Amino acid sequence: MTRLLSITLLLVVACARPVFVIAQPAMADAVALEYHLSARAVAPGVFVVEGANADFSVANGCNIINTGFIVTGAGVVVVNTGPSRRYGEQLRALIGRTTREPVVRVVHLNLHPDYFLGNQAFADVPRAATSTTRAGMQREVKAFEANLYRLCGEWMRGTEALLPDTFAAPGVEHVGTHEIELVELRGHTGSDLVLIDRGSGVAFVGGLAFSRRIPTTPHAQLDAWQASLNDLDARRLRMLVSSHGVVSADTAALALTQRYLAWIDAAFRAAAERGDDMNDVLRLPVPDEFRQWAAFETEYTRNVANLYPRYEQTVLKPRR
Amino acid sequence: MLRFLFASLGLAGAMLAATSLAQPDTASTGGDPFGSYQWPDLKHEFLGRGPVEFDARVKVLAPAFAEDPMNVPITVLADGLRDVEMIAVLVDRNPIRKVLEYFPVVSLPRVSFRFKLEQASPVRAAVKTRDGVWHVGGTLVDSGGGGCTAAGETRRDGSWVRTLGDLNARVFPHSVAVAGADTGTRVRLRVMHPMDTGLVSGIPAFYVNHLSLRDEAGRELVKINTFEPVSENPVFSFDFAEQPKGRLQLVGSDNNGNRIGGPVE
Repeated sequence: MTRLLSITLLLVVACARPVFVIAQPAMADAVALEYHLSARAVAPGVFVVEGANADFSVANGCNIINTGFIVTGAGVVVVNTGPSRRYGEQLRALIGRTTREPVVRVVHLNLHPDYFLGNQAFADVPRAATSTTRAGMQREVKAFEANLYRLCGEWMRGTEALLPDTFAAPGVEHVGTHEIELVELRGHTGSDLVLIDRGSGVAFVGGLAFSRRIPTTPHAQLDAWQASLNDLDARRLRMLVSSHGVVSADTAALALTQRYLAWIDAAFRAAAERGDDMNDVLRLPVPDEFRQWAAFETEYTRNVANLYPRYEQTVLKPRR
Repeated sequence: MLRFLFASLGLAGAMLAATSLAQPDTASTGGDPFGSYQWPDLKHEFLGRGPVEFDARVKVLAPAFAEDPMNVPITVLADGLRDVEMIAVLVDRNPIRKVLEYFPVVSLPRVSFRFKLEQASPVRAAVKTRDGVWHVGGTLVDSGGGGCTAAGETRRDGSWVRTLGDLNARVFPHSVAVAGADTGTRVRLRVMHPMDTGLVSGIPAFYVNHLSLRDEAGRELVKINTFEPVSENPVFSFDFAEQPKGRLQLVGSDNNGNRIGGPVE
């Protein structure tokens, strides 16, 4: 029933709005603090749980992440646990409604808060991340918690970080009937794990690719990020699940992210050479394609704050 | 209570509280367009008895929110005003409210730099013209908080000792100036300095307090007095209608008496 309703909603909104605005399977309820999570099968046993394609807000409960899980025949592997305790609990309940198999493992793709603040609902299973990611979570978790409480208030009640307790090792592993490959790349953060379901060619790429949503850049290194996108491109995947943005049955998010990063790199370099100040860069004419992506107003401002000082510094010559 | 409201509503909350939610009465806010209760006191303390006008010709550019409260970019443009003597940047809700005084001796009345913002606040530029009138403009900046009461990066890792007073600078002869304003020559410079506010436990105030840009003959082109809220390793941009001739020189000091300076070319 919910499924039907959501399809109807999707159609209505798709017809009424420009195509880049994508309806969510269900809207979060900020009074009942109910995320209305739903699982969509994208391949046999592979499910995605889509968040709002937007910025953090009270209206969406800070659920702007696409999490997922794989029902392997030998238990469920969960990919990221969402922004809050409440999200984690509702995700676990959703998995329980979807399959009888127990959750056997959680994998965190990077250090960002909505990848692991739902962990309290997964305290009884191994939670894996790379050592770089775990160290980053430990370093920044207090700031993450404070920021999400500030942005989403009541939704966050009772949320306390529970860090990963095992290290994720890159390589291929057979879990039940699924062949799961972990690849460690970097650039969006200091360690970006990609989880590939080899049988279906579905890859959970975390924050390496953004799908019609302005990329977040607080820990970004653009050179490494672009190299990682080239690496993913060469793997001939069938479908990407980006942590943020629209989930579509293709790998289009790769090219979108490549284009955006290339534009940022060229535009910021030129701005620095012209002598632009940060406020000039905030007012650059950004191509329409990118302006239409979700969260443009807030995320581009963050991109400038995060990245422009490095370009600026390379053109200011040392004098002594 | 108000603080809590701000925190939970975020940007929207800050805007509302400042403009309508708090429903400021004009007697308490001195007719401030931002409805800030701090305004009458701020005006009294920093602008004295001179006539004060809210003036749309004073433009203050800043992002709507502070992604990094330690480095909030601000640009002041007062191109529409003649005979500008001084531009003072004031922040209502900072613990230290005066950020900078800029004297455009021969430069255009424009300045850009970054500063530390402690909480959501109006950010103002008060521009004094030769007739003694203060022309005031501003913008609201939301913030998660903590800009003035956290130690800077180079203070935390101790690296400030190795870079103190280093100067990076460049002249951009035909820069397209700020946000569509007239073309001019821009000078950008960065001075390495921890700019400690004195509000972090155990770290006394330590900041650049004076900078002067001079031409080859020693004539002053630009003067700035800087205060604690200016960002660590501050970056400044100044614009000139015509490119200053000869080799430029920066001369300055911090509040501990260290000399700062070097060639700007």
